[in-house]
Amino acid sequence: MLAKRIIPCLDVTAGRVVKGVSFVELRDAGDPVEIARRYDAQGADELTFLDITASSDDRGIIFRIIEQVAEQVFIPLTVGGGVREVQDVRNLLNAGADKVSINTSAVVNPQLVADAAARYGSQCIVVAIDAKQVAPGKWEVFTHGGRKATGLDVVAWATKMQRLGAGEILLTSMDKDGQKSGFDLALTRAVTDALEIPVIASGGVGNLQHLADGVTQGGADAVLAASIFHFGEYTVQQAKQFMAQQGIEVRL
Amino acid sequence: MVDIAVVDYGMGNLRSVEQALRKVAPDLNISVTADPAIVAQAARVVFPGQGAMPDCMRELDARGLREAVITAAGNKPFLGICIGLQMLFEHSAEGDVAGLRILPGDVVRFASDLHDAQGSKLKVPHMGWNHVHHAEHVLWNDIAQDARFYFVHSYYVRPRDKALTQATSDYPQPFVCAVARDNLFAVQFHPEKSANAGLTLLKNFVNWNPV
Repeated sequence: MLAKRIIPCLDVTAGRVVKGVSFVELRDAGDPVEIARRYDAQGADELTFLDITASSDDRGIIFRIIEQVAEQVFIPLTVGGGVREVQDVRNLLNAGADKVSINTSAVVNPQLVADAAARYGSQCIVVAIDAKQVAPGKWEVFTHGGRKATGLDVVAWATKMQRLGAGEILLTSMDKDGQKSGFDLALTRAVTDALEIPVIASGGVGNLQHLADGVTQGGADAVLAASIFHFGEYTVQQAKQFMAQQGIEVRL
Repeated sequence: MVDIAVVDYGMGNLRSVEQALRKVAPDLNISVTADPAIVAQAARVVFPGQGAMPDCMRELDARGLREAVITAAGNKPFLGICIGLQMLFEHSAEGDVAGLRILPGDVVRFASDLHDAQGSKLKVPHMGWNHVHHAEHVLWNDIAQDARFYFVHSYYVRPRDKALTQATSDYPQPFVCAVARDNLFAVQFHPEKSANAGLTLLKNFVNWNPV
């Protein structure tokens, strides 16, 4: 039986892993290559790297990090942040990424998703969506690290991205991100029920029950978390054992 | 002398395959190549693939690699991965395209309304870590029965000759995820992304000397 995936997320800037609250207040969590190796040893199913570097000067750093991780860690690696054109997708894949996550640029230019999926296959194109609740049962897509409203409905947008060739959706609740109060389960459920492709729930994990709830109540195919792993609260192995005890299929 | 040729017909990223082979065979000469002559000379051939099968077939032909691949599949240790498994068969429903016709059978898509035993919707592509129930073959040496490997695919192979099957997985029905015949072995999952189980299979391939 297919396992639900647990994906530690590493937000990277200036060569360090950092973690913020609701997209601000960054806190240093360590060296990305070292952290990646640790999560691999703990049994992580995949790793996601988000390059949150603001200035384009430092864009080269993420390539060197991915190259080093890919030489040592043999699980799927997703890399996102600042992907603007098909050439960016190509460069990240060549550095060792298995999947590339596209966020703001998908909104600015939806054809990028179609072009990248046609060129490299849907299996390596993840569309990341930052969602904010605007009414009960209704969420809006935000871009530029959560700063800019788009007017797009999240479910409609996710459905369009699936149609254009996205292989997976990385769905982050901006309301929940960094709050440690659990995923936005209604958001997760609304998107996963509308789609054929897998959905990764993200934003808000504060304990292991939250991870399990993302699967059992949210219907997520994979759950992503950062700070509960970075700061030593839980290991990936502990998370998996907890989920297995709740009857969730995981890779132990 | 190239020990292992990884066939590069321009579809996507072969770096992961190359890295994993270097990890298990640090002393071997591994070449990621689009040159039919190198494929012909290499001691072993790895035939990966990702993306859509019609594109893969077109690009393989555009680079003049078809004959080299068919010949290698018949005369030296040969490992197909993902679309590199599917292309070995006669026909794929993906784009209604002919394959290399090395193995009898076809390639079909998972149904779009699948559900698991608990009634949850099963997504397509089948993406993630699933159990692999395997037969007896040296490429499974030191790999636990029902070990998990990493999959990402929407189509699966249906060999007409049941004796080809070397492993099955389930989604939710059993489907064939590995085949073998003589010097040829091919898998639907990605050993290069399947942590220790995958590296073990690659190491077994590198050490494989089929008679």
